[in-house]
Amino acid sequence: MADYKWPAADKRFLIGKSFTRLDGPAKSSGRAKYAYDVNRPGLLHGKMVFSPHAHAKVKSIDTRAAEAMPGVRAVLVMFEPGKEVLWAGQEIVALAADTEEQARDAARAVKIDYEVLPHLVNDPPPGNAGTGRTQAGSETKEGDPDGAMKAAEVTVEGTYGASVITHCCLESHGQVAEWQGEKLTVWASSQNVTGIAGELSKALSVPAANVETVTQYMGGGFGSKFGADPWGPACAQLARKAGRPVKMMLERDQELMEAGARPSIYAKVKAGAKKDGTLLAWDSESWGTSGPQSGGNPPIPYVLRPPNRRSKHTAVLTNIGPGRAWRAPNHPQCCVITMGALDDLAAAIPMDPLDFFLKNIEMAGQQAKSYHEELLKAAEMIEWKKKWRPRGTKEPGPVQRGLGLSIHTWGGGGHQSNCNCTIHPDGSVEVAIGTQDLGTGTRTIIALVAGETFGLPLSAIQVNIGDSKYPASGASGGSTTVGGVSASTRRATTNALNELFAKIAPSLDAKPEELEAWDGKVRVAGNPGRALTWQQACAKLGAAPITASGQRTLDLISSGVGGAQMAEVTVDTETGVVRIEQMVAVQDCGLVLNTKTAESQVFGALIMGVTYALYEEKLMDQQTGQCLNPDMEFYKLAGLADVGRFRVHMMTGPGYDERGVIGLGEPPVVSPGAAISNAVANAIGVRVPTIPITPAKVLAALEGAPAARRA
Amino acid sequence: MSDEHGGRPLDGNGPPASLPEPPETEDRTDAKGFSRRAFLKGAGVTVSAGVIVTEGLLEGASATPPAAVAGPGPTPIALKINGSAHRLEVEPRVTLLDALRDHLDITGAKKVCDRGTCGACTVLLDGKAVYSCSVLAIDAQNYAITTIEGLAAEGELSPVSAAFVEHDAQQCGFCTPGFVMAVTAFLKRHPNPTYEEVTGGLGGNLCRCGTYMGVREAALDAAKRLSAGRA
Repeated sequence: MADYKWPAADKRFLIGKSFTRLDGPAKSSGRAKYAYDVNRPGLLHGKMVFSPHAHAKVKSIDTRAAEAMPGVRAVLVMFEPGKEVLWAGQEIVALAADTEEQARDAARAVKIDYEVLPHLVNDPPPGNAGTGRTQAGSETKEGDPDGAMKAAEVTVEGTYGASVITHCCLESHGQVAEWQGEKLTVWASSQNVTGIAGELSKALSVPAANVETVTQYMGGGFGSKFGADPWGPACAQLARKAGRPVKMMLERDQELMEAGARPSIYAKVKAGAKKDGTLLAWDSESWGTSGPQSGGNPPIPYVLRPPNRRSKHTAVLTNIGPGRAWRAPNHPQCCVITMGALDDLAAAIPMDPLDFFLKNIEMAGQQAKSYHEELLKAAEMIEWKKKWRPRGTKEPGPVQRGLGLSIHTWGGGGHQSNCNCTIHPDGSVEVAIGTQDLGTGTRTIIALVAGETFGLPLSAIQVNIGDSKYPASGASGGSTTVGGVSASTRRATTNALNELFAKIAPSLDAKPEELEAWDGKVRVAGNPGRALTWQQACAKLGAAPITASGQRTLDLISSGVGGAQMAEVTVDTETGVVRIEQMVAVQDCGLVLNTKTAESQVFGALIMGVTYALYEEKLMDQQTGQCLNPDMEFYKLAGLADVGRFRVHMMTGPGYDERGVIGLGEPPVVSPGAAISNAVANAIGVRVPTIPITPAKVLAALEGAPAARRA
Repeated sequence: MSDEHGGRPLDGNGPPASLPEPPETEDRTDAKGFSRRAFLKGAGVTVSAGVIVTEGLLEGASATPPAAVAGPGPTPIALKINGSAHRLEVEPRVTLLDALRDHLDITGAKKVCDRGTCGACTVLLDGKAVYSCSVLAIDAQNYAITTIEGLAAEGELSPVSAAFVEHDAQQCGFCTPGFVMAVTAFLKRHPNPTYEEVTGGLGGNLCRCGTYMGVREAALDAAKRLSAGRA
């Protein structure tokens, strides 16, 4: 009788080994069809008209000229005149035409009258934001922060932070919508194939049973593609009006202005410690912008929580554009703030920050022991004790070298997930889940879990995902997908296997509970000679396949991980250019299912981290309220030559494996900004207070400018 | 060091990707109306479809070619893609990328920045990598165009694509076809590249998920696979 629980280390057939991703060949040969690639017969091309103003009242919308343009088949007003737009890039009108060029021409012919209103497109401290532009957030206090700060022998004060960045998904947001009678099919670039079907059904007043959404492949989301968005229903309405399918993907400028912004967070921090390095007190006032709404209450101080602490947060309401969840919402910013201040405190003592963090690691709570192990492992990998020099130790010449570290956490768990598994009499196996693969390797993980249950290779499993017609599963966010789908798959496949065992046990002259599936065979446990091949066993089903279902349960998964990262950088003090020499990442995430894709996730997070630490910033023009860099020429992403040599170590084995499966999408992307910022401070002797650490900010910090922060 | 895209400098501040010059040494059996250089010298005309210029005319390419005014409406053009001839009608402003994707349903090349920065739309013209978002379809006539679909038959993988799978040089996969094409072109010119050459030579493509570790390994491994294939 097969058991749900994950097998012990010596009984694992596939778990923990390295497998190339199942959809790798489709992707690397260009055959994978993304939403952007779906071309339906009679397809029209949709475009949207966006507000050029950051804050304005829409007085009137005139689409008559656009409607008369060649090739235009449908026009839809998306915005009610009289209301205010709150950021440049807010959508007003959508239209569809025979060709993309015609749609673009027609979009230019739409006439919109605006009454331009005052805007705020920087993110100043709450006191400078103006009336009506702030919203009080949380205020928390533990212990006696004032008394402890007085008692501290060493204190530091500083301002730290991270500015607004955008998601810059390579496949822009959007979809193809097609009606067949009353039935709607939408191929969407989505992190939530099941959820957006319901959202579209509601927005369009169409029975949910008539809406099918499809996301076989999607070109990046990072937290920005959970919803149908305004353009989802608009695209479907255009298609209904025109009686033809419509493709409407955001253009690059729209993608960067409108479809993703990681909120900024800044904080004025005071921190205090004893001379022996004991962390005593924390006091911070933070603020940040998530556009016209609050970005939530950030976890400050982050991970290391001194016994005496006070933190207060205020949201600044701006016209920069609406925030969206970005991998590990709020964590990277809070990590930069907290780890930066603590690193400055260690330098002021003075103390090696590695020793400082190790000394205070109990303040990390439950996971203190794993942080301790991870810091030591990372230090060994980067040769911290051999290479580290006190902050600002000068080497001859303009190029200075530095080391920095950071630690981080994330939850995980698993979202709701349902799975159906079918074993066919010919031995083929299907697993169906209404989930999606963002490029994290979800498809491969599902096959791996099914293969583990059945003792079959990944290639024997047909994985059906990326379609709302399959059993409902949650949105891929918050590192909850692998927990959700691995648990539901494990339960569904185990249920199916036990049905198979019940049917074939008599032919092996055994009881069902004596059977096991291993390496392509169904056999009597402890008596491998009494066995049927998988095909022989399934053939005994006759004509009727077995279908079993399973739901995510919490016994197979867990939540709460940690990791440590260290960076070695060089900084040219004449030009301000920072180069990443190397980074190491040590990460725990419970039971690692596929080592190859797990490591890829961490490598990818490091590279994304280098990008937001050094290059990324949504630059706003104070005069016009517009985004200055809504393109990939000036919204910089790191290229191959910009990333150094990286090494990754996954914490596995006893103490980790038995926790069950935990997701990995968020945690490793949290620390790079802080580790790099601390390495730069170690190299040049002063703190560059905010990320991205641009050459201009490095030079300003070296010149002792009071605030190297923009604006 | 320049990357693989039409001599575009690594720093991204140079001129946009240009069509490759006609190769000096390779045997050009494809008829070519006139050279890009002649165009830039001020010929200022384009060749409309159906005007297939013979080898004889090619020799006189330095002379002003006959004027053939095109557009602004849809204009018939002929493209040779992955060894097959395609005839279509597009406005002269339509890019090669949009012609491939919107008119011919050849969607391996991806539309991302649409401004010659990210490389997701990389295809080969006469074997040389170009950003297809920065080449007009009408200007791509008479070049041998190779898209990623042309590297291997459906269901098979080119050595470069196979190396990308093996080294997990892809996550969401949206940059991957462009990278595969850039690596393919790069390895033709650098059959035994060093780690540093790979790093510099592939600077014309951008990835958002962060697959560069795998891309570097894949490029180095693909070089070995290709040289083993030649041996």
